[in-house]
Amino acid sequence: MPEGTVNQGIGASVRRKEDKRFLIGKGNYTDDINRAGQLHVYFLRSPVAFADIVSINKQKAEKASGVAAILTGEDVAADGLGGPICGWVPTNKDGSAPSEPPHPILANGRVRYVGDHVAAVFAETLDQAMSAAELIDVTYSEMPAITDLKTAIDSTQIHDGMENNTYFDWELGDEAATNDAFDKAATIVNVDIRNNRVIPNAMEPRAAVADYNTGDGRYTLFTTSQNPQLTRLVIGAFMLNIPESKFRVVAPDVGGGFGSKIYVYPEEAVCVWASKKLGRAVKWTADRTQAFLGDAHGRDHISEVKLALDKNNRITGLRVDTLANLGAYLSAFAMVTPTYLHGTLLSGVYDIPAIYTNVKGICTNTVNVDAYRGAGRPEATYLLERTMDVAAKQVGMDPAEFRRLNFIPKDAFPYQTAVALQYDVGDYEPLLDRAMAMIDYANFESRRAKSAKNGKCRGIGISTYIEACGIAPSAVVGALGGRVGLYESAVVRVDPTGTISVLTGTHSHGQGHDTTFAQIVCDKLGVGIETVEIVHGDSDRTPFGMGTYGSRSLAVGGTAISKALDKVIAKGKIIAAHMLEAADADIEFKDGKFTVMGTDREKSFGEIALSAYVPHNFPHDRLEPGLEETSFYDPLNFTYPSGTHIAEVEIDPATGVVELVDWVCCDDFGNLINPMVVEGQVHGGIAQGVGQALYEEAAYNDNGQLLSASYMDYCMPRADHFPSLKVENLVTACTHNDLGVKGCGEAGAIASPPAVINAVVDALSPLGVTDITMPATPQKVWQAIQAAQTKAAE
Amino acid sequence: MYSTKYVKAKDIDDAATIMASAEDGKFLAGGMTLIPTLKQRLANPDCLVDLSACGLSAINDDGSSIRIGAMTRHVDVAESALVQKAIPAIADLAGHIGDRQVRNHGTIGGSLANNDPAACYPAALLALGGTVHTQNRSITAEDYFDGMFETTLEEGEIIREVSLPKPEKAAYVKFPNPASRYAMVGVFVAKFADGVRVAVTGAGEDGVFRASDLEAALDANFSADAIADGTVSADGLMSDIHASAEYRAHLIGEMTRRAVKACG
Ligand SMILES: Cc1cc2nc3c(=O)[nH]c(=O)nc-3n(C[C@H](O)[C@H](O)[C@H](O)COP(=O)(O)OP(=O)(O)OC[C@H]3O[C@@H](n4cnc5c(N)ncnc54)[C@H](O)[C@@H]3O)c2cc1C
Repeated sequence: MPEGTVNQGIGASVRRKEDKRFLIGKGNYTDDINRAGQLHVYFLRSPVAFADIVSINKQKAEKASGVAAILTGEDVAADGLGGPICGWVPTNKDGSAPSEPPHPILANGRVRYVGDHVAAVFAETLDQAMSAAELIDVTYSEMPAITDLKTAIDSTQIHDGMENNTYFDWELGDEAATNDAFDKAATIVNVDIRNNRVIPNAMEPRAAVADYNTGDGRYTLFTTSQNPQLTRLVIGAFMLNIPESKFRVVAPDVGGGFGSKIYVYPEEAVCVWASKKLGRAVKWTADRTQAFLGDAHGRDHISEVKLALDKNNRITGLRVDTLANLGAYLSAFAMVTPTYLHGTLLSGVYDIPAIYTNVKGICTNTVNVDAYRGAGRPEATYLLERTMDVAAKQVGMDPAEFRRLNFIPKDAFPYQTAVALQYDVGDYEPLLDRAMAMIDYANFESRRAKSAKNGKCRGIGISTYIEACGIAPSAVVGALGGRVGLYESAVVRVDPTGTISVLTGTHSHGQGHDTTFAQIVCDKLGVGIETVEIVHGDSDRTPFGMGTYGSRSLAVGGTAISKALDKVIAKGKIIAAHMLEAADADIEFKDGKFTVMGTDREKSFGEIALSAYVPHNFPHDRLEPGLEETSFYDPLNFTYPSGTHIAEVEIDPATGVVELVDWVCCDDFGNLINPMVVEGQVHGGIAQGVGQALYEEAAYNDNGQLLSASYMDYCMPRADHFPSLKVENLVTACTHNDLGVKGCGEAGAIASPPAVINAVVDALSPLGVTDITMPATPQKVWQAIQAAQTKAAE
Repeated sequence: MYSTKYVKAKDIDDAATIMASAEDGKFLAGGMTLIPTLKQRLANPDCLVDLSACGLSAINDDGSSIRIGAMTRHVDVAESALVQKAIPAIADLAGHIGDRQVRNHGTIGGSLANNDPAACYPAALLALGGTVHTQNRSITAEDYFDGMFETTLEEGEIIREVSLPKPEKAAYVKFPNPASRYAMVGVFVAKFADGVRVAVTGAGEDGVFRASDLEAALDANFSADAIADGTVSADGLMSDIHASAEYRAHLIGEMTRRAVKACG
């Protein structure tokens, strides 16, 4: 870096470039986009969970003012349209293929959850479309709703041809070896785990604006997507049969996704389809109720966990049997989330010789469930970290020391787990030690005693987590049933005047890529951050890429950028060698200057860029003009961020209210590009995990009605729920990508729920409480105390 | 929302006249409840009669009670020096309704007219034995509430102001619903020379109610210790995903103890 310049490179806490446009209202979201002559579409949704549609009478509605058309499942069938597809399909344990029942984009003859799409009403205004929808007369023949995971298997078939309402029955690990471990165990720990169902609640609800141009036969779709290229592929190739070159998908500014905007839903496809069919642009924006009813929910597992210990309290075996509620239809990554993103994480940070897991994916009359911040890994971490606490208690060890005893030792890397993954690097003890020091773990009991004096129950809870990020090596993905590759792409386009555009296949919807990706460029090329633009989200501009989820954007997409930058530098060196009349090998690139080593002869980066585009004095015999390089990077392995989070809570036993009083964490994300952005990601993740642990619950009643379908009943975490979060990092650099980075987007949400619940149970254990399910609401805590007291009295 | 007509009334008589000529009109106060209802198409009035220019937002002290105009916003009640001095529990109650935006719009008249079973003001009116004054008459608290979201206001009747007698001591303690932060249980305790009145909101199947068992216990001994566990029965209390009737019954006892303590 040239002297005197502010460090804007790797490791600098540069302020987020994108925030200005968001803060002054100059963001450009899908709902900000309007097309001339557009129609508005409103979706009439099923008010019942499970029913055959006897008839749909739309005559009166079609005559209502402003109505252009009303389309139903019959129209979808007549046009031969496909539905959303599943992107990753693991094989059943008996070797057969899972069930993939069709998902028509407008219900055809049967509705399967409250909110299922029954008709699409197109009108000049949204109000007109809504009024017309009220005039549609639908007759349903209702069937009893199936909402309970445990009884769903024995209930009426929701999809014809799919037995036991089971999408798949999958296993991983060595069952015989695991059984053997239990046969020989000195201690067996049994824990029942429920991972509660949550609703993603991105700040911006989903939206779409679709336009078909009869002149050139091209479609344009603006939509709230985390991966516009995938959306284009799925809608174009699998649903509507549109040649990709005739289809542009743009995901402009997107206000949060948390997984829910990975998938293609019926609404976006209906907009695209109708824009040609009706010859008018079509706009749809979900309101909050539609978001509650229609966006893919997260989690919703029931697991039975068994842990085997030897006489020294070393873990020798783990068995996990899980039922995963996937909802009424299969969403894109619904099958991989509870299988390969869950089962493979069951070893956690522990050396466990034998693991076996069986997961059944269950269909119910509820909205689809799919990946939600962390995707499978929070579920695995929660059950494992809860079990670690229960086990420690059972054998009378301090939970921190029980964990330490079972950590994979530092010198065991690369470490092959019993569940397929190979961890490249990690060092777990220093993370635990640092977090314990940060919260003053040693003196916790005196704090507990002080709280007790005030009538409060204080507890402390540890979570030592690992996650597999940087998704993912394509060959591995393919071998495990993935239908996509999970490489990432980047184009580094240097302009004649030396400004730089980076075109990435990832998508930023809160992660801060405009800033962090630019920092990689600043670091490598020695330019100022204002000269760098990050371009994402437009299929006409960016190379084909897989989008943003699974904490992959930096580890995979950032590495692609780094590699493209290396190519730019390599080409620049040849140009510089030519201009400086030196050998290639003698050119050194540093701080934005190409120098003949050991001399003061140099060319600036700008001079090289100019000469690439005004190639008068140029090595034409060796190079083509221009300075633009592309890289497609396919990762060699997952990355493995890890860390320790410790929560301290204080509970008012008179009301059951849990107050979070302290939070510390020490994470290992590998090298950090922007520590401030990382801290922000960790804060957000913790808040989401705390939300799941204490407040959030998607509650369906027996009729399949979503009871928590608004913020009046669905409790989100709020700023006043939190103490100041203390966030620190230690680094073991990832060994297999150029930047040594691992990813940080999901860590907080993965680590935090068990830390909270372990703390709550610890706080209540003096009262005899041994377990509590998420969310630990005041009522649940109070009831647990009552039940423990009743039991004690007996 | 459905399209509707909006009229800003000049004064209370004008408002009544406009309402009389509408087929299915609605008075609009702060709009904090009414506007979301309209947006969700749960109501379809042909006319909205805005009361904001009717001069109904004043706070006065008439010696034995305070009088609060129907259009007085929660923020104005919370910040009123007069209220803070005369009945601090009311200022405190108003200051903890909803969030800042809600307090900057929502009004006491709107709250009482709506009679949400989880709203705070109904507990205050009932515990203080206050009176609702409309353009035609005065209705005592006992006669005013008529079950969840129901009052004895007649069609076209406008709340003009509310008078609240000054107690010796009073306190309101709310256990907020975790999601909405309305009262999951709210208890208003008021001690007068002639006895203690306790009103409970957020819990009753028929909306706000007076807790006679608690009143009797506190009449005998105005102290938190007077409320033993199990004093409050779960009969007639609401059950929902946030709180069972039993938990609400427990919270009523606990919030009452806290309110008594807060009375000092
Ligand atoms: C997010 C949120 C949180 C809230 N939290 C709380 C809380 O914690 N505690 C609490 O008590 N409340 C809470 N509220 C409700 C709030 O107090 C509202 O202000 C109140 O319910 C309605 O008052 P308003 O002035 O907005 O009335 P509006 O919404 O304008 O009207 C409500 C109803 O009353 C009628 N009306 C209004 N004024 C009169 C009048 N003078 N005469 C006759 N009829 C009239 C209207 O026609 C309408 O039917 C909350 C509201 C929101 C949106």
